[in-house]
Amino acid sequence: MSIEDMNRKAFMEEAQDLLAELETGLLELEEQPDDSDCIDRVFRCMHTIKGSGAMFGFDDIAAFTHDVENVFDLVRNNAMAVSKELLDLTLSSRDHIVYLLECAKSDAPVDLERSRELTTKLKALAAGADQAEDAQPAEEESSGDYDTQAPDQDVTYRVRFKPNTEIFRYGANPAALVEELTAMGASMAFVHLEDLPGLEELDPESCHVWWDVVLTTNAGPEAIREVFMFVEDDCDLSIKVVDRGTGLDDDTSYKRIGEILLERGDLNPEDLEKVLSEQKQLGELLTDAGLVKKQAVESALAEQNAVRKIRESRSAPAVEAATSIRVAADKLDYLVDLVGELVIVQAQISQVVHEQNDPSMVLLAEELERLSDDLRDSTLGIRMLPIGTTFSKFRRLVRDLSSDLGKEIELVTRGAETELDKTVIERLGDPLVHLLRNSIDHGIETPDERTANGKKGAGEILLSAEHSGGDVLIQIRDDGKGMDPEVIRAKGVERGLISPEAELTDKEIFGLIFQPGFSTAQSVTSVSGRGVGMDVVKRSIDSLRGSVDIDSALGLGTTITVKLPLTLAIIDGLQICVENEYYVIPLSLVEECVELLAKEEEGGKEQRIINLRGEIVPYLRLREFFALDGKAPPIEQVVVVGVQGGRMGIVVDNVIGEHQTVIKSLGRVYRDVEGISGATIKGDGTMALILDVPKLLQLAAG
Amino acid sequence: MAKTIMTVDDSASVRQMVSFTLKKEGFEVIEASDGKDALTKLKGSVDMIVTDLNMPNMDGIELIKNVRANASYKFIPIIMLTTESQASKKQEGKSAGATGWIVKPFKPEQLTAVVHKLIK
Repeated sequence: MSIEDMNRKAFMEEAQDLLAELETGLLELEEQPDDSDCIDRVFRCMHTIKGSGAMFGFDDIAAFTHDVENVFDLVRNNAMAVSKELLDLTLSSRDHIVYLLECAKSDAPVDLERSRELTTKLKALAAGADQAEDAQPAEEESSGDYDTQAPDQDVTYRVRFKPNTEIFRYGANPAALVEELTAMGASMAFVHLEDLPGLEELDPESCHVWWDVVLTTNAGPEAIREVFMFVEDDCDLSIKVVDRGTGLDDDTSYKRIGEILLERGDLNPEDLEKVLSEQKQLGELLTDAGLVKKQAVESALAEQNAVRKIRESRSAPAVEAATSIRVAADKLDYLVDLVGELVIVQAQISQVVHEQNDPSMVLLAEELERLSDDLRDSTLGIRMLPIGTTFSKFRRLVRDLSSDLGKEIELVTRGAETELDKTVIERLGDPLVHLLRNSIDHGIETPDERTANGKKGAGEILLSAEHSGGDVLIQIRDDGKGMDPEVIRAKGVERGLISPEAELTDKEIFGLIFQPGFSTAQSVTSVSGRGVGMDVVKRSIDSLRGSVDIDSALGLGTTITVKLPLTLAIIDGLQICVENEYYVIPLSLVEECVELLAKEEEGGKEQRIINLRGEIVPYLRLREFFALDGKAPPIEQVVVVGVQGGRMGIVVDNVIGEHQTVIKSLGRVYRDVEGISGATIKGDGTMALILDVPKLLQLAAG
Repeated sequence: MAKTIMTVDDSASVRQMVSFTLKKEGFEVIEASDGKDALTKLKGSVDMIVTDLNMPNMDGIELIKNVRANASYKFIPIIMLTTESQASKKQEGKSAGATGWIVKPFKPEQLTAVVHKLIK
């Protein structure tokens, strides 16, 4: 990849972030139109997009953003108020920038009509505002007492450069400038020291020296002026042509320079010598003075460092939090893969060491295990992102949808800092959008309906995320009309999903809406209610090894809870064995292990239940479920698992123990095998299948 | 010893471009994302600063003032990156103590030219 491509890529990534921030900022601004910090932030986002865009060749983006920025500049200078019209326009402009970025990414042709349309609207809006801004003062033209064109022949100039005494304070180095000037051609430099004050009055930080340079060059006066471009305003600079070099008689012109040289000829060599040595002295003076200062400076620095260290330790978290680096996602994925492999090798070593029973090796193996555990945790930690990034996307969704549907809805988010695996967050977006749409469309009523029911006109949707053990709970709670179990039940019967006699709890009834082909909406709107959706939501959350739960009270609102595992790559598992097959059960689901004696079984063989301290728990035999040959040992083990509030036993031959399970997905052929969610590699290099416990439970119950 | 240049910009892509260009010229580069970040990273030998003006937390003007107030960095060259619409900002930056400026958008060659001009 060329450097240019790299820069372009970096800009595109950055622009995505900025656009997201811009959107968040605009939405915040809608709530608090006077927040000047927020206005600044919005302005800065656009400013950076414009500036960086132009740097890396995204001229259309830069030009368009410039117009948007102009409008916001008016807002920033209090020449214009934040209005809904402005925000609408800015938001669509933001979308347009996203579109322009997409076009640039895929080299697609750009629909310029849209740019023009938005620009016109923006300009109209800006024109409506109080035009307090004066036109930019034109850059002052450098007075031209010389030809601006670079001449072909050598021209001799006398350049007088008299820097401001304060010039060092701007970090400029006048000697370097003179050096740069003299390098342009044949030249002579004269240093004027007459302004140098006496030693007692000398301020070593000021510049008291000035120069006359006679320069013969073909570079042109513009180039000379350019040498002083940064200091031109802070110095007396005059550039005079002494000899144009156009004279027909070369001798005369030669003599003329000679004459000038002669004019000061006697002084020149001496003066030059003196000046050079004086300059040395000046340098020494500086160091002399500097030395005195140096100690003071050093002690001041020591004090400063000490105080700074104390302050740093006090404010370190706030400052350090901002530092981060950007890493390509595939590099991270690769790292996680590597850690996975390392964990497998570590498990193999542990097993070998365990068999050999060499104390010194055991120690080393344990150390290795500890390290690989830490490495695993921190590597997975790197992949964690705060879920808040998706939340801001939803703000926009709620805003747009609610105005489409004529509803007033406020989205409240909580726990935006909750961290989740990057992959989980990416794949969670669509299901959450769907759930939110449902809440907006079916849940929240229109303002009229709401006031009629004694609620406040604006509905509220609470989107929250929190940690709960190894899981993350995401809740979408609305204060809408809630779901009527009777209506759903009737619909379920009508659709043939349940039999009319079935006795179901409210929770089970609500669960029906996740069945394929279920929709209770009176009319199909453009937003939701096409009958596909909730089952798709359920399936995508299942594929993330998560679960969905609904709770609803008629007239009061609905709460949908999505439970997700923190990460998808490595889990703690319990290894079990049936016949010669090994399986892994996710440890987070395991509650306890008990023994199952052949004798006990006699009584409950038909019912398939065990008595667990007085509580009845059904069980399923893995041996039968996977149709394994062979005879069960006299004492079997029951692994009691808890899923979705229910408990169940899984009967196995042996429980081997805890196992760090690096999840490997199954090939396409095995993907649809029910009851298995993946595979892992054991310490001895053989394979174990990971049980899909919720599915097992469902299959056993059905 | 290689000279050290600090680049301060809230735009990661500009920072990357500046840093890449300067590293290719053989400079050591320290990156900072805003004025505040820059001040915490400003220690040891820093021979030049290239800073954006419009940044969160602490803008370029404020940064320049702070750097100039520090005895160790009082005389180092500071280049500010401005946009053409910021003529007044440029003046403000100069009075704060900026040495020079580069107008955005600029090409890597322009940057190296200015840097070589100011760092000797």
